[in-house]
Amino acid sequence: MNPIFSVRDITKFYGNQKGCEGVSFDLYPGEVLGIVGESGSGKSTLLNVISGQLEPDQGDVLFDTRHAGMVSTTAMAEPERRMLARTDWAYVHQNPRDGLRMAVSAGGNIGERLMNIGARHYGDIRETASGWMGRVELDTGRIDDRPSTFSGGMQQRLQIARNLVTGPRLIFMDEPTGGLDLSVQARLLDLLRNLVRELGLAVIIVTHDLAVVRMLAHRVMVMQRGQVVESGLADQVLDDPQHPYSQLLVSSILQV
Amino acid sequence: MTDPSDTSLGDTPPEGTHDQDYNFAYLDEQTKRMIRRALLKGLAIPGYQVPFASREMPMPYGWGTGGVQVTSACLVPDDCIKVIDQGADDTTNAVSIRKFFERTAGVRTTEKTGEASLIQTRHRIPETPLEEGQILVYQVPIPEPLRFLEPRETETRKMHALEEYGLMHVKLYEDISSHGHISTAYAYPVSVEERYVMDPSPIPKFDNPKMHQCPAVQLFGAGREQRIYALPPYTDVVSLDFEDHPFTRLRNDGVCGLCGADDTYLDEVIMDDEGTRMFVCSDTDYCATRIEEAAE
Amino acid sequence: MYVAVKGGEKAIDNAHRWLGEMRRGDRRVPQLETAQISEQMTLAVSRVMAEGSLYDAELAALAIKQARGDLIEAIFLIRAYRTTLPRFGYTSPIETARMRCRRRVSATFKDVPGGQILGPTFDYTHRLLDFKLLAESEDEQAEEAIPQDSADVPHVLGLLDRDGLIQKEHRTDEEPVDITREPLEMPASRAARLQVLARGDEGFILGLGYSTQRGYARNHAFVGELRIGLVDVEMEIPELGFAISLGVIEVTECETVNQFIGSKTEPPQFTRGYGLVLGQQERKSIAVALVDRALRWKELGEDFLGAAAQDEEFVLYHADNIQATGFVEHIKLPHYVDFQSELELVRMIRKDAEAAREKADD
Repeated sequence: MNPIFSVRDITKFYGNQKGCEGVSFDLYPGEVLGIVGESGSGKSTLLNVISGQLEPDQGDVLFDTRHAGMVSTTAMAEPERRMLARTDWAYVHQNPRDGLRMAVSAGGNIGERLMNIGARHYGDIRETASGWMGRVELDTGRIDDRPSTFSGGMQQRLQIARNLVTGPRLIFMDEPTGGLDLSVQARLLDLLRNLVRELGLAVIIVTHDLAVVRMLAHRVMVMQRGQVVESGLADQVLDDPQHPYSQLLVSSILQV
Repeated sequence: MTDPSDTSLGDTPPEGTHDQDYNFAYLDEQTKRMIRRALLKGLAIPGYQVPFASREMPMPYGWGTGGVQVTSACLVPDDCIKVIDQGADDTTNAVSIRKFFERTAGVRTTEKTGEASLIQTRHRIPETPLEEGQILVYQVPIPEPLRFLEPRETETRKMHALEEYGLMHVKLYEDISSHGHISTAYAYPVSVEERYVMDPSPIPKFDNPKMHQCPAVQLFGAGREQRIYALPPYTDVVSLDFEDHPFTRLRNDGVCGLCGADDTYLDEVIMDDEGTRMFVCSDTDYCATRIEEAAE
Repeated sequence: MYVAVKGGEKAIDNAHRWLGEMRRGDRRVPQLETAQISEQMTLAVSRVMAEGSLYDAELAALAIKQARGDLIEAIFLIRAYRTTLPRFGYTSPIETARMRCRRRVSATFKDVPGGQILGPTFDYTHRLLDFKLLAESEDEQAEEAIPQDSADVPHVLGLLDRDGLIQKEHRTDEEPVDITREPLEMPASRAARLQVLARGDEGFILGLGYSTQRGYARNHAFVGELRIGLVDVEMEIPELGFAISLGVIEVTECETVNQFIGSKTEPPQFTRGYGLVLGQQERKSIAVALVDRALRWKELGEDFLGAAAQDEEFVLYHADNIQATGFVEHIKLPHYVDFQSELELVRMIRKDAEAAREKADD
């Protein structure tokens, strides 16, 4: 099987401050990769670079496009990259406010990506939106309500529906359970796990929360000071960490 | 507009017919050339907003300075102009703009749509169909159809460049989901030649279909916002909608109390304080012509 | 029976006559001479020249008289007149370092080479109405002391520059954009920003500058130097091969020194906000410098804090009072057609809603 996404030797500096350095990995269809580390470890910088929001100083990011196979996304023209961002890719923000239009109804939020790629039948758009609300366990009766009237957990589920509606093949997630209560987190993780499995999605999930990684990820990369210090199968790394920093991270979660 | 690249236009107006303190049609020739270049670019890329270095005019921004500059750049001494505001020739701002060109250009003026070689309008398209050789100049307050969805100019220009118009339909979707109808009654957005989404200026959506395949040249000037755009004759102009919620014209379904027309856009006039109302054609020339014809 | 409204033309003529009458006021009071305005209302004249961006005190005085003292209306008259003037070319940059200063103060150093010059300022006047001015008495005459040559009045911020303590300004021989000849496009160059601010509405810029001090994009400013005085305006004449003097204008220049702790791209040092305005426009020039500094966040690698004064499009697209007053006031023009369209729509939606309610009640 060929990778769907390939990251090669990505380096990003801010002035003379290191963001991340020399990061490489491949991601296969249906695979969930967790990137863990404390704040300042470079994991968010890495996510921003590989999702096309920041330009790398060095290295390349390749994506298996539907039409042309493996293509460098860093060399892509902006229109193509923006097209990719609203079709085959999706990005789930930590704060749902960053990923939703708060002044637009739930149905409109889900429908936007469809309308972006040319959907022009109101009834169909609405039906699809309603179907997705059901899939993420939102009350379809609230399709015309604005997200500001939703709880944090509901907003996050709405953001996920909005992202998945166009059938993307690769999803970037930035601390998707960040601001949520523990019980809400568990429900969201459960939902995510099922969706990912059902739809065969490739996912890159950045988090400081090892519980999230244990629940969702097949593989894990541990980052410290901008570099990958350990990577491997999720269970392996979490149960038997080799690098002292990984050991520290794992032991700190056990104390909780 | 004859040949806009002909820079001799207006250089030698018949002496004594316009105020000699100012150049023909007020603007200097250099400025007119700059505006004509923008107009040509606009005609070449229908619906695309061309930035232009709008000048301060002796009337306030928002009162038709864009339209006045476009008209000024197009006028030749043997033009005959008509100026309407809200469909009427006699509204104060229309009178004021007509007087301005009478004084600075000395051109003939008319109230008859069919007689005018150039019509400057605010908020209406005349009911009488326009013909080849005529120019319709629209006064535009906000040229950017995406402005109220995305306030940033840098972002909206990118959206136009990349044809990212999904947000426009999100707005229409929201209208239908909350009101059952698309609740945009005027300045209803259109798609031009299946490429640029364009603001038709605040004309009622009743007038939108008149832009489609119109034989006249349609020019749009936004002075304060420094934008010009244009539709050459016979351009496809389609109002945005959904397949299952098609665009509809909107008018009061009454008849004109003066001329009896039942297919024109009507103004509502309040007759007394008991709620008595009367509906009359907003296009005063069209209405008066019908009354004259009926009397003959 | 309703008859279509006519008579717009007559109404306008009558309104103009009435306006003339109101401008003149009580005819027992002598008519105001423009020389009185240009000599005794100098700060109003300064503002009209600055925001009208035309340096002509006599025309500014005429505009103020004609506008019945409405300064924005007067600025509008000047702008409309300015448009019709042919453009001969561009002058050489004025040398504010060679300004013959009427006033020059620094808040950052107690004494500076060339000295502090308090000048004709309201600063330490007690704001008590001076009833003597009600009577027509002559004020005491003061001697005006403008040094003829001021090669010895260096810029205060130049002293910091020598020690490398202030951020180096990007030096360029690039021709700056002319915002009165080219459409303003975003992102704008600093030259374009400073031009828009220089002729922007004093009240708007003042409010924005104030907001930066109150924590909306706070940038810890001190007035490094404020100077008001006369500078020569020169123009290179290609046919002659040398510059000739066109005259002398008064300008106000303010440079602020702003604390700066450094960013991803810049070391800790002081940074500068800059404001230059035609005429004596002290308040405005300080406010311009504050807003200029706030707008430089991107160049200095600072964070965008969502403050209005940092938002280039917000500031530049709303600073011009002639644009603003036109658009704000245009909503008093007839909008019958749009309103009618809205009316029909609201009626239609209400009818639908009522029908739905009745159906639900059945």
